[in-house]
Amino acid sequence: MTAVRESDVPTTAGRPPRRRPPVDLVASLVLLGVFALAASVPQVLATHDAFAVDYHAALQATSLSHWFGTDESGRDLYSRVVFGSRESLLIGLGAAGVGIVAAIVLGALAALGPKPVAVVIDRFVEVLFAFPALLMALLLISVAGPSALTQILAVGAGTAPGYARMVRGQILSAKRSGYVQAAVALGHSPARIVRAHILPNALRPLVAIFALSVGQSIVWASSLSFLGLGVAPPSPEWGALLDAGRAYIVQAGWLVVIPGLVIVALALAATTVGRHLQTGLEKGEK
Amino acid sequence: MTRISSGKTLALRIAGRAASAVVVLWGAVTVAFVAQLLLPGDRATVILNIRAGQPQERTPDELAPIIAQFGLDRPEIVQYLDYLRGIVTGDLGTSYQQFRPVSAIIGEQLGATVILSLTAITIAWLLMVAWVTLTAGRGPRVGAAASAVDVTAAGLPAYWLGIILLLVFALGLHWFPVIGGTGLSGLVLPAFTLAIPLAGFLSQATRTEFERSLQQPFVLTARLRGMGDTGVRLRHVLRHAILPAVTLTGWALGATLSGAVVVESIFSRPGIGSVLVGAVNSHDLPVVVGIVTLVAAFYVIANLLVDVGYTIVDPRLALV
Repeated sequence: MTAVRESDVPTTAGRPPRRRPPVDLVASLVLLGVFALAASVPQVLATHDAFAVDYHAALQATSLSHWFGTDESGRDLYSRVVFGSRESLLIGLGAAGVGIVAAIVLGALAALGPKPVAVVIDRFVEVLFAFPALLMALLLISVAGPSALTQILAVGAGTAPGYARMVRGQILSAKRSGYVQAAVALGHSPARIVRAHILPNALRPLVAIFALSVGQSIVWASSLSFLGLGVAPPSPEWGALLDAGRAYIVQAGWLVVIPGLVIVALALAATTVGRHLQTGLEKGEK
Repeated sequence: MTRISSGKTLALRIAGRAASAVVVLWGAVTVAFVAQLLLPGDRATVILNIRAGQPQERTPDELAPIIAQFGLDRPEIVQYLDYLRGIVTGDLGTSYQQFRPVSAIIGEQLGATVILSLTAITIAWLLMVAWVTLTAGRGPRVGAAASAVDVTAAGLPAYWLGIILLLVFALGLHWFPVIGGTGLSGLVLPAFTLAIPLAGFLSQATRTEFERSLQQPFVLTARLRGMGDTGVRLRHVLRHAILPAVTLTGWALGATLSGAVVVESIFSRPGIGSVLVGAVNSHDLPVVVGIVTLVAAFYVIANLLVDVGYTIVDPRLALV
C-alpha cells in the first residue's frame, strides 16, 4: 500500500457530511424540469413553427435564427425537438410504467404466491429474461405492427423480466427480515403482514428503479423509432427525428447528432436522479 | 474419499445447470411459437399477403398450396410438436416472404454478426482492463471522475455512438469506409460502437472489486518483494477483480448480438441484425422467431458455460 492512499482515507472519512446537494443531481433535476416544461407547454419554448415547411431554408447549419439548424424541408430542428419532447417523454414514462407494473405483478407472484404458482412464474420470468430487451420488443412489434402504443408495450415487456427478478429478491429478503418474523410471532394475518410490512418495504427501492428505467426506456424506444419500427417521421418524436435525419448524415450531421444528444442528456439525467435516490434510500434504511 | 464425493457434486451441479438451461430454452421456443399464432387474421392469407407485399382477399384455390406447405390445417398442438421436432433437428421453418428455409437465411448471415459480436467483446475487455488498471485506487477524485466515465459510456445508445464514430472517423478523418467495407477496416467502427458501452458496464463491475483487492495482504506481500505498482496491478490484483466481469460476459454475448441490430443498420453491414429488421417490417415471423430464439439460445448456453467454468476455476463454489 502506498503512502498516498493511506493519507487519503482519513481525510474522506473525517470530512463532515456535505449539506449542499451534489452538483450532478441539481443539474439533472434542472434538465428534467426543462424537458417537463417543453413537454407540457412546447409553444412557450419553441422559436418557430415545428411543422412549417420552408424549402428556401432547407438543411441550414446551426445559427442564431435556427439554434439546431434546419431539416431537409427547412423546418426548425430546435422547435421540432421541443415539440417532440411530449411524445418522447410519454413513450418513455409509459414504457417504464408498463415494465414496472408487470415486474411487480410477476415478482410478487413469484415470491408470495402458492408454491406451484410461484415456481411456474419464476421459471417463466427466467425464460423471458433469456430474450435481450430489444429482441423481445422486436418480436412483439413483428406481431402487432409499429405504432406508439406497440412501442410502449414492447419496451415495457422487454425491460419487465429483469425488474421482476429484482422485485422477487426484494420481497424474499423482506419476508426473512426481523420485523416480519416479529409480526408473525404476534399472530398477524398473512394478508396484513404482506400489506403492512412486506410490500411497503420491498417496493420502496422501486422509486429509484423507476427513474433508472425511464432513462433506459427512452433509449430503447428511440432505438426502435431509429430502426423505423416505432413512431414514424414526420412526427417530431426524437427517435423519428434520428430516423429522418439519417438520410442526410453526410450533408447535415446535426440532424442526427443533436436529437441523439438530447436523448443521451435526458437518459443520463434520469439515471443520475435514480442513482441518487438509490443511495439516499440505502442511507435511510441504515 | 473427499475428492470423489466433491467430483460427484461438481458433476451433479453441472447436470443441474444444464437441465435448467434446457427448460429455459424450451420455454423460449414456446414463447416464440405462440407469437406466431398471435398474428392477426387468417394465417394462410397473411402469408400470401406478406409475400405479395399488399393486403387483398384470396380465393380458396390460392390458399390451398400455402395451407398444405405450412401444414396450417392441422391442430395447433400438432403444429407445435412439429415445430419442436424441427428445432431439435435444426429446422426453423420456412420464411413467409422468401419461401426459403429460415435456417438457410440465418446461416448465410450469422457469421458476420458473430464475428462482430466477438470482436466487440474482445475490444471491450481490452478497454476495460487498460482503463481500470490505470484509474482504480488512485484516490477519491480520480475514482469519482473515472466512474462517471464508466456510467456515461455504459449509457451511450448504440445508434448515437455509431453515428458519432461514423461522422468523426469515416466522414471526417477518412480512416475507415463509410458503409459496408468488407474485411477488417469495415469491422473497426461497428465493433467499437458495441464495445465502448460494454466496456463501461464491465468497468463498473470490475472497479469495486479491483479497489477491494488492492487492500488485500497479498498486495503488500508482492510490494515487499519489490514488485512495481503496475506489475502488482496486472499480475495479482486484476486476477481477483475480473470475476464479476467474467460473469457479465455471458450476458454481454446476448447484449452485443441484439445491439448488432442497430449497429448493422447504421453501418449497412450484412448480418442477422439487418435480416431481423427487414423481417420485423414485413411480419415475416418465422425469420423473426428463428433469430430471436437463436440469440436466446446463445445467451443461455454462454451463461451455462460461464457457470460451469466458474465451478471448475473456483473450487469453493463446488462445496456450496
